Amino acid sequence: MAQTRKSSRKTPPQSVQPTFFQQPIHSGSAISAGDFSVAEVRRILESADALEKEDPLRRARRFAKRRVALLFYESSTRTRTSFELAAKALGADTTLVSSLSSSIEKGESLKDTGITLKALGPECIILRSPYSGAPYLLARATGLPVLNAGDGMAEHPSQALLDLRTMLQFLGIRSSSVNEQTLRGVTVSIVGDILHSRVARSNALLLPRLGAKVIFCGPPALLPEIAAQMGPGVVIERDLETALRKSQIVMMLRIQAERLAGLQIDLDDYRRRYQAIGERIAAHAPKALVMHPGPIIRGMEITSEVADGPQSAIAQQVHNGVPIRMALVARALGRGKGGQR
Amino acid sequence: MKPILLRGGRVIDPGSNLDALRDVLLRDGKVAAIEPAGKIRAQGAEVIEAKGLIVAPGLIDIHVHLREPGHGYKETIATGTAAAAAGGFTTVCAMPNTVPVNDSPETTRWMQAPQRGASARVLPIGAATRGSMGETLTDYAVLQDAGAVAVTDDGKPILGDAIMLAALQAAAKLGLPVIQHAEDTRLTGGCSMNAGPLAFRMGLRGMPIEAESGLVERDIALVRKVPNAHLHVAHLSTAKALNAVRAARKQGLRVTCEVTPHHFALTEERIGHYDTNAKMNPPLRAEADRAAMIEGLLDGTLDAIATDHAPHAAHEKEQEFDRAPNGITGLETALGLAIRILHREHRMPLAKVLALLINRPAQALGLKNCGSLAAGSSADVVVFDPEEKWTFRAADSKSKSKNTPFDGWEFQGRVRLTVSQGRITFRR
Repeated sequence: MAQTRKSSRKTPPQSVQPTFFQQPIHSGSAISAGDFSVAEVRRILESADALEKEDPLRRARRFAKRRVALLFYESSTRTRTSFELAAKALGADTTLVSSLSSSIEKGESLKDTGITLKALGPECIILRSPYSGAPYLLARATGLPVLNAGDGMAEHPSQALLDLRTMLQFLGIRSSSVNEQTLRGVTVSIVGDILHSRVARSNALLLPRLGAKVIFCGPPALLPEIAAQMGPGVVIERDLETALRKSQIVMMLRIQAERLAGLQIDLDDYRRRYQAIGERIAAHAPKALVMHPGPIIRGMEITSEVADGPQSAIAQQVHNGVPIRMALVARALGRGKGGQR
Repeated sequence: MKPILLRGGRVIDPGSNLDALRDVLLRDGKVAAIEPAGKIRAQGAEVIEAKGLIVAPGLIDIHVHLREPGHGYKETIATGTAAAAAGGFTTVCAMPNTVPVNDSPETTRWMQAPQRGASARVLPIGAATRGSMGETLTDYAVLQDAGAVAVTDDGKPILGDAIMLAALQAAAKLGLPVIQHAEDTRLTGGCSMNAGPLAFRMGLRGMPIEAESGLVERDIALVRKVPNAHLHVAHLSTAKALNAVRAARKQGLRVTCEVTPHHFALTEERIGHYDTNAKMNPPLRAEADRAAMIEGLLDGTLDAIATDHAPHAAHEKEQEFDRAPNGITGLETALGLAIRILHREHRMPLAKVLALLINRPAQALGLKNCGSLAAGSSADVVVFDPEEKWTFRAADSKSKSKNTPFDGWEFQGRVRLTVSQGRITFRR
């Protein structure tokens, strides 16, 4: 992914200044789930395990008084809180800038907000933006590691990693054994509004590289045929019950009303075809793990019976947010300026 | 102005099938003489040795955005035409999406006034509808009298069937082409790149190919109904639209089209990590469409290479991909790209490459007094070294804006001298 300053030193000295879009991305960044090597995924999972187990007082000395900024242009409960708790658990000071209470409202650009924040001393920025690709812009503008807490419809890599941790716990697989074959024979169905989902994209970029098969399931309006070309290991199945029968893990998604952009969905028909209801799960995927990145809309994509039932991992996913994000913050702060390892 | 004698160059004048060593004398803004080497004696002329260099009629770009009036922070007519001169262009057709929109003879004349400080001949293209709002036709006769060479609402399509039909009818009576920005905006709302697997993966909304081809097909159907209508399709980017043009031409309809260098040089992959210097409208397409553009250039369906030079300030481009404006600069890289890709990669003869930048665009829009080196023609000349290797640096561009995806690209073939209407406008 990123070109580090270290590696650029090997090339002959250039008199030409890089233009904005040629600026390197700090290697401590986590912007796309597709950027992590399998070895890196394993290290992050191991780091999450170690940090979770570590004595809290000792852990809080790791990055004591270092600064981390959270820049949120969209509302968030789980992601923001868990990133904040993760950074604090490592001893860092955090500051939150959200679009409703900052100069963003006055029309300040993301680039300028980033430069302003950087001047206040944070060594890492955690960004959520309604615009796909915004983390690359911020990383170029600041030179800091940027952790992507969700960008538009594009990606949510920390969610994919915490989802992976949840799956591995369910399957009884240790972090240290994670490799290209780890999820061989495992099928994960991602159901619902795939088109607008950054969680679906990040999972579809991550899981097949560990050997999993990903089934996207949903109606054409929310799941175009081209989604099957997302990458190897991704297929489309329109029928939920067929998808359920093939799956060890089922991930339900919310219909993202805020991104529908005029798209008309017959919600009654959607519920009839795609809702996770108790009978359906019991009949077709009685042993599957049921996941949901949240926020859940009870009675729409999932019923309370399933969300609160014994197969549900929803609370466990939220729980896994903190250790995974501790690992990502530690990875970002643990590398020096420019991202030397 | 002192006469100029270009001595010993290889003169390629594609409009008259000339490719030979010639001396060219430029005097009083005209080509005074063009003769076999050594024949011209010109006392008092500035002699420029052109041995080993190519001497051709000045390049003609039928699609540029010079941003004046209204957006002088992006580009002015002076800076835009300075970039044109550096790229070997001596004539540029200026699009009307300025502020105010060029829908009046006053603005059309203002753009051509000597006070603008242009380094190339500026031929304005008038708005096809008032304010380019797509509702009421402008007065084409009045715009033509003021100097407009075509009408368009470029930046936006002329979308309604009735208004497009009326535009074709009104323009046909005056012999003006109607230039269409072929984008069915009913299919492209909120879109910022080409539709397809890459857009899906990047979480961006994609413009379907049909948004372009559908409108081209509709326009061709309208051209059939109007005697003498001339439709020119701007910045064509899809195989499907190209096929529609090809079929229309076989049926004898007057339909011409242009392609930008970036649409035959790049694919959507160039966007990389949301680089807005690869964001334009129409968007960069997938490889099959890019290959179709090359094919269309080789088989002659595409009449012209036009840059769609669209400068934007750094602060506008250094934004989130969806928020950044469309467009890239192109005047200083067009010749280099055409030589690199068409001549060197695809073995198109140099004269044919130059035709796409000189006489064929002039013919496509019916431009007069440009694109030829015959004695008596306007003294519009480009002299370039076909062998010189060079690296394009956006920072060194003469344009006020630096929004180009070609920064750092290596080219072979570099402009040495540009003469526009007898005046040296660029020299290296």
